[in-house]
Amino acid sequence: MPESVEQKIQTVFAEQSRRVLATLIRLLGDFDLAEDALQEAFIAALKQWPQEGIPEQPRAWLVSAGRFKAIDQLRRRARYHEILQQQADVLAAQAVVNMEEENAGIADDRLRLIFTCCHPSLAPEAQVALTLREVCGLTTEEIASAFLQKTPTVAQRIVRAKGKIRDAGIPYEVPEGDALLERLQSVLQVIYLVFNEGYLSSSADETVRHDLGDEAIRLAELLNQLLPEPQPEAMGLWALMLLHHARRHTRLDAEGELVLLDEQDRSQWDRDDIARADALVRHSLSSQRFGAYTLQAAIAGVHAQSPSAEQTDWTEIVGLYDLLQQHMPTPVVALNRAVAIAMRDGPEAGLEALHPLMEDKALRQYHLAHAARADMHRRLGKLSEARHDYEQAMRLTEQPAEQRFLRRRIAELAK
Amino acid sequence: MNYLCLVYYSEAAMQERGDDHWQNLNKECQSYSGGLQESGVMLDGSALQPVSTATTVRVRDGQVSVTDGPFAETKEQLAGFYLIEARDLNDAIRVASKIPPARYGSIEVRPVRDIYGESSDAVPYAEALGRR
Repeated sequence: MPESVEQKIQTVFAEQSRRVLATLIRLLGDFDLAEDALQEAFIAALKQWPQEGIPEQPRAWLVSAGRFKAIDQLRRRARYHEILQQQADVLAAQAVVNMEEENAGIADDRLRLIFTCCHPSLAPEAQVALTLREVCGLTTEEIASAFLQKTPTVAQRIVRAKGKIRDAGIPYEVPEGDALLERLQSVLQVIYLVFNEGYLSSSADETVRHDLGDEAIRLAELLNQLLPEPQPEAMGLWALMLLHHARRHTRLDAEGELVLLDEQDRSQWDRDDIARADALVRHSLSSQRFGAYTLQAAIAGVHAQSPSAEQTDWTEIVGLYDLLQQHMPTPVVALNRAVAIAMRDGPEAGLEALHPLMEDKALRQYHLAHAARADMHRRLGKLSEARHDYEQAMRLTEQPAEQRFLRRRIAELAK
Repeated sequence: MNYLCLVYYSEAAMQERGDDHWQNLNKECQSYSGGLQESGVMLDGSALQPVSTATTVRVRDGQVSVTDGPFAETKEQLAGFYLIEARDLNDAIRVASKIPPARYGSIEVRPVRDIYGESSDAVPYAEALGRR
């Protein structure tokens, strides 16, 4: 059955609405006005396109229609506001003069939108909500349900963020020079927050939420396409998420229980994702400007490409952790390095590496540190120490799936 | 847009760094604010005496109450301010990040509100449209 005009319009809208919005925000200088204009442009398209046919450049048509609808709207309300009348005149004059110039800028508009939504002067949760709403086009309800929050809470967060953008003068621009690298970190962090929220929810029993993970990967892909020159860490983050994503069908068993990396069914891992990630990691590493995301992706890549858990190249992994420690000297990285050492040199060496780390208060409160030590003790046959550590780990996590997993491990010790 | 950059640091920690450090920091501040004034970026600004000199005034039910000290005890104290004109927040952040005490304390950047009526380019549409 051929697509109806309405269906075609829906397709155009699904493909173009975020781009049109990004451009309208730049042209109109206001998020709310741009969103209304986008709606009006779409309504106009639904009326006109079935009769006149779909224009050759639907995006330009929608931008232009949205822009004039906004000017009309300002004019209608301007009867009572002289300043609004001036605004409408200014916008109308710009609309005539700058059409060509603006078309040249359109490619950058989505990047401007990303950098504005991820501006570090907005609270992290506001950056996340605003990015999902404005860049990804999720509804407020969808964002709220993904983060297990109330819709009015998220709605208010978005309203406040837009208010701050306007009142504090957060510019609609892609930062240049050194500022670009600093601000890119903020963008990457938002994308990774979105991904992690989808990857492992800490608050719900529903352990894996694919939607946010997919959304984060799409965002990373878009960011990499839009950046004026390749950015190693943007590639690194994209690769890292692809590698986690490649294992999405094997992280849980049929009963919904967590399955550890070494017990996952590798034949089910998504080879396309892994190959894409591998190319990205290599590209980033060769730039010599890589950082923590790339190194984490490289580690995940070694695991992903190893034919079996037994054949994992632990020497390479320990080496990558050594590098990662320089970029990210955190207790958790040190913990993972100790685990890798235990795999390369045996549990005794692992315990030796882990011992000084447990001096760290934060790590002592981290359930996976105790679970790691339990595993080393188990491999050494020190079963009562292992049991003690697993129990400690249980006390420190509230995640039901992880609690069940630890309980299974304790039960296995008795066998 | 105009922004007020409020300079905060811990007076106690600053004192511990000694006299030479203090003198050098003052010179650095003079030269930075001098440059900003010359280029027209800085509209006003000043260093402040320590909080031990502060007096807090309140009026409640028509009664003036005067108390010793700042309005709130904080880890870092207000030590000075720069009133600047900047293109936008990114521009203001660039200026603020070079204020010398930013290396020790914090700079709070606040957009200035014009209570005599917003200038025409600063009118938020949503507000004018009656949506707020």
